[in-house]
Amino acid sequence: MNPCELTIAQARVALDDGKLSSRELTTSCLERIKAVDCKINSFISVTEEEALQQADAADKQIGKESVAPLCGIPFSIKDLLCTRGIPTTCGSKILENFVPPYDATVVEKLKNQGSVIVGKVAMDEFAMGSTSENCAFAVPENPWKSGFVAGGSSGGSASSVAAMECLGSLGSDTGGSIRQPASLCGVVGMKPTYGRVSRYGLVAFASSLDQIGPLTRDVTDSAMMMNGISGYDKRDSTSVQQNLPDFTASLTEGMKGVRVGVPKEYFGEGLDPDVAKIVKDGIQSLKSAGAEIVDVSLPHTEYCVAVYYLIASAEASSNLARYDGVVYGYRDRDAESLIDMYRETRSSGFGDEVKRRILIGTYALSSGYYDAYYKKASQVRTLILNDFKKAYESCDLIISPVTPTPAWKRGAHADDPLALYLSDILTISANLAGIPGISVPGGFSSAGLPVGIQLQGPHFREDTLFKAAYNLELGTELANKCPEIA
Amino acid sequence: MKITREEVEHVATLARLNMSEEELVKMTGQLDTILSYVAKLDELETADVVPTTHAFSINNAFREDEMQESLSQKEALANAPKENGESFTVPKII
Repeated sequence: MNPCELTIAQARVALDDGKLSSRELTTSCLERIKAVDCKINSFISVTEEEALQQADAADKQIGKESVAPLCGIPFSIKDLLCTRGIPTTCGSKILENFVPPYDATVVEKLKNQGSVIVGKVAMDEFAMGSTSENCAFAVPENPWKSGFVAGGSSGGSASSVAAMECLGSLGSDTGGSIRQPASLCGVVGMKPTYGRVSRYGLVAFASSLDQIGPLTRDVTDSAMMMNGISGYDKRDSTSVQQNLPDFTASLTEGMKGVRVGVPKEYFGEGLDPDVAKIVKDGIQSLKSAGAEIVDVSLPHTEYCVAVYYLIASAEASSNLARYDGVVYGYRDRDAESLIDMYRETRSSGFGDEVKRRILIGTYALSSGYYDAYYKKASQVRTLILNDFKKAYESCDLIISPVTPTPAWKRGAHADDPLALYLSDILTISANLAGIPGISVPGGFSSAGLPVGIQLQGPHFREDTLFKAAYNLELGTELANKCPEIA
Repeated sequence: MKITREEVEHVATLARLNMSEEELVKMTGQLDTILSYVAKLDELETADVVPTTHAFSINNAFREDEMQESLSQKEALANAPKENGESFTVPKII
């Protein structure tokens, strides 16, 4: 077994026992990247030199002093988290040459714990998309099947973890962008409660929905990474001052007394039969482990896609106004007037999907339409939030599919943006409600593609999700499965 | 029609985007499809519903106005497409 195939928890033991050095582990990941990344395109940039320096620094600490659990562990970072001195493109031509002068809080936290960063990974431009095909650079592929999408927008995070190019990754989730690619690539993806993890240094897409979280090869690793990145940050005024539990503590508590809600709206028309069966098996497995299964209803689910694409686009149109070619990023150099410079810069710097969402958002916020679109969507957002509050009166967590289908072929929705938006229907509500959600591998479709199971919980109850996810994982024995990359 | 070609052109101007004729036609069709879909929200009566802009209420975060370390001028200008060593430069305005 190559060291890159270890889970974080396994690598921790090997590092602490002196059986493995961080340099060996990091070198193994870098070799894996060299061997497979030409086929799956997870990485936008590989930071070999810095990674080896970080590994050597970790090796100097390990064994001599008490180190953090993530010390010496190699990670990839979604390319919208600022990394000091390392380009951060956001998957966009407009930021192709942007080199941040500071680290995002989550990156700083990993570095302070002695972690190793092997590179920055591919994504849909500005995190807008569900397949990573909107990336302005090479598009990541599903490591389980050539020609199939890795999902998105954190597609490179998911493919790099699934393909054993690193032991874990940081992604971001605005409408499912961690959970969906995790599901399609067969890894664990956690979207924490809004405010649990600082967003400082995350390039903003939709500020009231964005949340950073980990993608890992098993549930224990996910809890370990959450321990490493969570917490209040004075530089993000929406981060929340809450006591931080040890997220690994609840893993083995068992399911006795846990009420698992099954929302009928998540098992409706269009659900792939393989996906339905895998989720039903998951429900059965939690029941066998001692959980009580209850029916719940989230009646406004059918409205969440409409609410999301208005709110997210409105916030994006405002956030992306800063890309004007003045202080950083791409500038069209031929324009003679300032207004032309703005227009030419933005028109050639942004891709189609980003333009589409800026236009929808600008329209929804524009004079005469604000009440009909943005305000209306914000009111329905309240109804969606209330659905969850009511459901959590009778259950501790909600189980469902992550996506209606397994991964699909690249290019399948090229000219039909609405069809692709609708595939996000099962993950979007968690962002609108600010609640935590996790995708954990549940099985494989008849075509051999991974299928995840989603668990959603009340605000700040990631501990309950980890406990249930750990039990699902015990039932499937799918942790840390390695695809053969053809 | 939920949105016309002229409205898309107007919104593009507000958003500082240029669109070719071909892009305008395609975008108008796609935005029309999306806006027709979101009209689904009109099925719901929401006159008495308070809008949500944040998933849970948090207090405004105040802090003392204290001097802190910040980027140096050199660092701040390092990513500038065009600068003169002291400030960002843009095409002539007046």
